Amino acid sequence: MWSLSRRAWLQATGFASLAGSLVGGARAAGQSAGSAPHPRHDAHVMGTVGRTSPDAFDATAYLRTWNFSDLPAEERSKFYRETPRGDGTLLREYEIYAADREIEIAPGLFFPAWTYNGQVPGPTIRATEGDRIRVTFRNLGTHPHSIHFHGWHPPAMDGALAGQEVHPGETFVYEFDADPFGLHLYHCHTVPLKRHIHKGLYGAFIIDPKEGRPPADELVMVMNAFDTNFDVENEMYAVNTIANAYMHEPIRVRVGQLVRMYLVNLTEFDPVNSLHLHGMFFDVYRTGTSLTPSEKTDTLMLCQGERAILETMFRYPGDFMFHAHQSEFAELGWMGLFRAEGAPTT
Amino acid sequence: MTRRLLLALLPLVLLGALLAVIVRSGPADAVRGEQFPPVERLTFQRVTLEPGAIVASLMNDGPDALTIAQVQVDDAFWTFTADNGAALRHLGRTTLRIPYPWVEGEAHVVRVLTSTGTAFEHEIPVAVETPTPNARFFGVFTLIGLYVGVIPVVIGLLWFPFMTRLSARGMDFLLALTVGLLVFLLVDGASEGFEAAGLLPESFQGAVLFALAAAGAYLVLEAIGAWLKGRRRAADSGYGWVLALLIAVGIGLHNFGEGLAIGSAFALGEAALGTLLIVGFTLHNTTEGLAIVAPLARERQRVALGRLAALGAIGGAPTIGGAWLGGLVYSPVWSVVFLAIGVGAIAQVVGQIVRQMTREGTVARAFATAPVLAGLFAGFAVMYVTGMLVG
Repeated sequence: MWSLSRRAWLQATGFASLAGSLVGGARAAGQSAGSAPHPRHDAHVMGTVGRTSPDAFDATAYLRTWNFSDLPAEERSKFYRETPRGDGTLLREYEIYAADREIEIAPGLFFPAWTYNGQVPGPTIRATEGDRIRVTFRNLGTHPHSIHFHGWHPPAMDGALAGQEVHPGETFVYEFDADPFGLHLYHCHTVPLKRHIHKGLYGAFIIDPKEGRPPADELVMVMNAFDTNFDVENEMYAVNTIANAYMHEPIRVRVGQLVRMYLVNLTEFDPVNSLHLHGMFFDVYRTGTSLTPSEKTDTLMLCQGERAILETMFRYPGDFMFHAHQSEFAELGWMGLFRAEGAPTT
Repeated sequence: MTRRLLLALLPLVLLGALLAVIVRSGPADAVRGEQFPPVERLTFQRVTLEPGAIVASLMNDGPDALTIAQVQVDDAFWTFTADNGAALRHLGRTTLRIPYPWVEGEAHVVRVLTSTGTAFEHEIPVAVETPTPNARFFGVFTLIGLYVGVIPVVIGLLWFPFMTRLSARGMDFLLALTVGLLVFLLVDGASEGFEAAGLLPESFQGAVLFALAAAGAYLVLEAIGAWLKGRRRAADSGYGWVLALLIAVGIGLHNFGEGLAIGSAFALGEAALGTLLIVGFTLHNTTEGLAIVAPLARERQRVALGRLAALGAIGGAPTIGGAWLGGLVYSPVWSVVFLAIGVGAIAQVVGQIVRQMTREGTVARAFATAPVLAGLFAGFAVMYVTGMLVG
């Protein structure tokens, strides 16, 4: 239609609009030109519509779950077993499987994911420095997969080298010592790498120092994103998979209690992701490999695969927003709330 | 008789049975498999802007059902309501109301995500509040129609006294000029129509719809022309009047399509009508008035002023109606249909003029004269040059 070319022409010449000024004439009386009044709008009109179905991923439960702690004992033993060893450490055995599964990532929005144990992010694996970790990995999916753990391990346990992919129907056992202490991650390292990661094959891997960390309310937070139409760009962002999950169901914390966040960036396609916490500051332990914080800030940027342990204490009760400080990511789902309860500490 | 009827119905009954078998057994599913993702196509039919809200009419143009899951505006999830639900069957429609604080004069992108994560985008190049149909709206669009359609055509008609004083060669030149002008409009309208047809949902089969409407308009005008000619012959009045009327109708239909495009483009914020654009249309359409009166001048008839005014109104006033309709209920389908009707009408008129010019001989002989060739070229060139102002 002619409108396109004529529009281009108009944009190029920038002539005053005759009809536009006729229409605007009546409206512009008493106000500056070009600013049509907009009705007051509620800031919360931004965001997703509706709620995810009850059988969708439980982002709130995921925060405080590791080593399948959300399962009843009998069920749990099918996926996780601890066996004491002579030197006081544990042998920790995990059953991890890869499976294709359609997951709900925003209300009514489904993504054909590749998952570890049917969930994205995969189950959080948590051990103490020096423990022996044995992961039996079964590939129940339709493509070759693997598990590549960050941490010390011999090349045979890498899961990324040629020939180390586990084909559909096959099983492989990864075994290595938990070392060093810190916050790590695991993910599929089969090519094409981008697709295997953004489809959902990743999870958090925590190794506690022998002496432990101070008691705290601990939260696992994986920053991720989804390319729903496979154009190598993300359509939505989240922390723990579901867009705006913690806007709808704020993370409940206690005023005056130490809160420890295990923050991992597994966002594909975008170079970095970030976390900004409103109204407060936190101590940063990059990669969690030191017990001394490296900085105190309220905004932290992480590259893909980078992670950090954040510690803070809420001073005031009420809602505290947290989100990526890339506004685009925030508005595309990566935004949530902490709800602190209890008497103010100062 | 009964037997003949049965024989006529038999293939239809068999066809019905075949369709029933296909629908029940679903051979396509056997090929695609159950896990095959659905084919999703969602078309934005009309996007309008109200203070603090974007309203988008959508149609599921794909073969399978789809569900709208979420809406993003300018890369932000945004709440919305769907007046007809979010689940759309084949050719199902719904209207989304998105409470978004859009910014006047700036661009916005609306993206609809279906349940499968497929994204459908619509760009609003220049956000302008969509006019609501009140008195001021009609006033503004009438004014645009007058500037663009009526006044130029009437001005063109004023060449009539001058034209009646021309020599025979001059008249040949003038009629050929008219043909040149009309052929230009034919090409212009056809290219715009096919472009609009390409934007339609596939189910509407834009190109075929265009051809159908154009052919229909051509045939209807041909019938009307023959009927008018018959009546005129009985009244012993000139054929020039009939031809002028037909040209006026053809140009009127073309201008209706043009008004539709102008009105919708303005209403949907796709174009702001600049002063120069109005000037361009005015120059461009003045030549249309010339085309209407050329056959009358050739017969050197005296024509009452009222009749001239009527011809001008027939040729120009539809621009106003088109602008109204375009501003109010624009959909690309109407754009295609009216552009096609305009093309069909103009084709018929060109045929009429050529027939009149060649009454004395073959087409080739009538055209192979210097004045005619010069006129044809001049007509085309005039339209081309004035067309540059609005292109």
